[in-house]
Amino acid sequence: MNESYTAMASFAQTWGLVYFVILFLCVLAYALWPKNRKRFDEAAHIPLRED
Amino acid sequence: MAQAKAKYLTLEEGFFAAFLLVLAFACVIIAGKTYDQVMAFHTSIGALFAASGAFIIFKNYFDDGGVDIPQEVGGKPNYNLGPIKFGAWAAVFWGVAGFTVGLIIALQLAYPVLNFDLPWTNFGRLRPLHTSAVIFAFGGNVLLASSFYVVQRTCRARMPGRIAPWFVILGYNAFIVIAGTGYLLGATQSKEYAEPEWYADLWLTIVWVVYLLVFMGTLWKRKEPHIYVANWFYLAFIVTIAMLHIVNNLTIPVSVFGTKSYILWSGVQDAMVQWWYGHNAVGFFLTAGFLAIMYYFIPKRADRPVYSYRLSIVHFWALIFLYIWAGPHHLHYTALPQWASTLGATFSIMLWMPSWGGMINGLMTLSGAWDKLRTDPVLRMMVVSVAFYGMSTFEGPLMSLRSVNSLSHYTDWTIGHVHSGALGWVGYISFGALYCLIPWLWKKRQVYSLKLVNWHFWISTIGIVLYICAMWVSGIMQGLMWRAYDRLGFLEYSFIETVEAMHPFYVIRAMGGALFVIGSLIMAYNLYMTVRYGEAEEAETASGEALAPAE
Repeated sequence: MNESYTAMASFAQTWGLVYFVILFLCVLAYALWPKNRKRFDEAAHIPLRED
Repeated sequence: MAQAKAKYLTLEEGFFAAFLLVLAFACVIIAGKTYDQVMAFHTSIGALFAASGAFIIFKNYFDDGGVDIPQEVGGKPNYNLGPIKFGAWAAVFWGVAGFTVGLIIALQLAYPVLNFDLPWTNFGRLRPLHTSAVIFAFGGNVLLASSFYVVQRTCRARMPGRIAPWFVILGYNAFIVIAGTGYLLGATQSKEYAEPEWYADLWLTIVWVVYLLVFMGTLWKRKEPHIYVANWFYLAFIVTIAMLHIVNNLTIPVSVFGTKSYILWSGVQDAMVQWWYGHNAVGFFLTAGFLAIMYYFIPKRADRPVYSYRLSIVHFWALIFLYIWAGPHHLHYTALPQWASTLGATFSIMLWMPSWGGMINGLMTLSGAWDKLRTDPVLRMMVVSVAFYGMSTFEGPLMSLRSVNSLSHYTDWTIGHVHSGALGWVGYISFGALYCLIPWLWKKRQVYSLKLVNWHFWISTIGIVLYICAMWVSGIMQGLMWRAYDRLGFLEYSFIETVEAMHPFYVIRAMGGALFVIGSLIMAYNLYMTVRYGEAEEAETASGEALAPAE
């Protein structure tokens, strides 16, 4: 019981960190990707385009 | 669907009518058989509400003969504004009511005689009434109304359903009535911010699922290819609150004829689930939802696009991935394992990044338009709200550290922290949204009086400053007195001495609260006059009249 708990905890603690860092890098890549720039600039104007 | 007069009820109308009739019938049976007076009262209200709902559905069907509502009028989306109007006024009403109850309990703490020695009016029952009224009734209606407005506008599509949006807004307010009267009558689960008993929780679950469907249905129908960032925040708020609400309310009622229920979780697991819920109620209800308001209403009011759309994307994903882990910081020095409370504190510290990223994004939206702060008190209110957001999200992670928490926990410092977030951030961004929303909904050029907005701003700002400063001083003093030892190792102060020492600060806090209530009354008057006597929007009048038949 105690051993499996420790094994699971260390697995979660190491791979959890890796998982979050990778996710964050993906978000950064998506947000900063040069090709997306124009799309995001347009999206920022959505509330201001009235109808 | 294409013919002018549908012969039958639509599937939606039929479904809601049948559901409400079955519910009304079930309520009547429970009201007749129950041994529990609170249950009898609540099922009577439930039967009345459900039967009225079914009646209104049939009445509307016979009145308009089942004519389809046009999706577009004159080439423009035929936005569904009725439920939003109701939600906006419900927010004003519950806001004033909730702030007033807050003032009453603040006075009760300073002058205990105001408990009146009655069970229904004592602090223990009025306190959840205050928290639920301001968070769920005031804040909730602001979120429902603004989300329905923002999602339709930014998707350029009418929200789906004829009954569903009304079911959400009226059903949610019915939940508020059931929950609030329940507290006064003594029905409670005794879980902070999750006090309503099992039947109210079940009802809210149904309402919330319909809310999610209406919101996603609008996104599905969108004409705008990109989903604007505010909608991401609203969606995170709706989905996460559904998850939190269900897991923290997995209770088994003793009997369907009684109000009492027991939760599946026990001991420290229950405490952890409760604070996983409690902290994410802060993170996703009071933060993500109101950040959505920030991302729509500040750019709109300042007439400038958000400072950095790319930052808003990083802000969103970082915020939702980090917040969900911060709950254990509410349980330092308890039966919770230390690694779990360290994890909660660590994620709280990491939250500094997205919180301040979001604050900078909101504030910098005004770059190049700072002069508007001088002339537009509504914008000023929203900008000060973002500043309060930055301040309380700086303070929060600090308090989540074990060493700071050992001083701050169980003291008034927590109350001060919560109110700098609640009055400053949530309150001001909501007031700002209402000052924008009510003129837009009633096609008015501007609020009735900007001068009164200015008065509201300054009176309630002084109120907030009095409130949080009093609580900081009182809280830190209380914490220091509790841990003071004399030369021989005995406690320096008895508990009652700390209470006596806090009395002046309780009085100052109540004064601050009174100013905040006065400010909200000024707002209610100003908004009423806006609808009643406000100057009509000239350019929009023609299209406004064209839109009228839909409502």
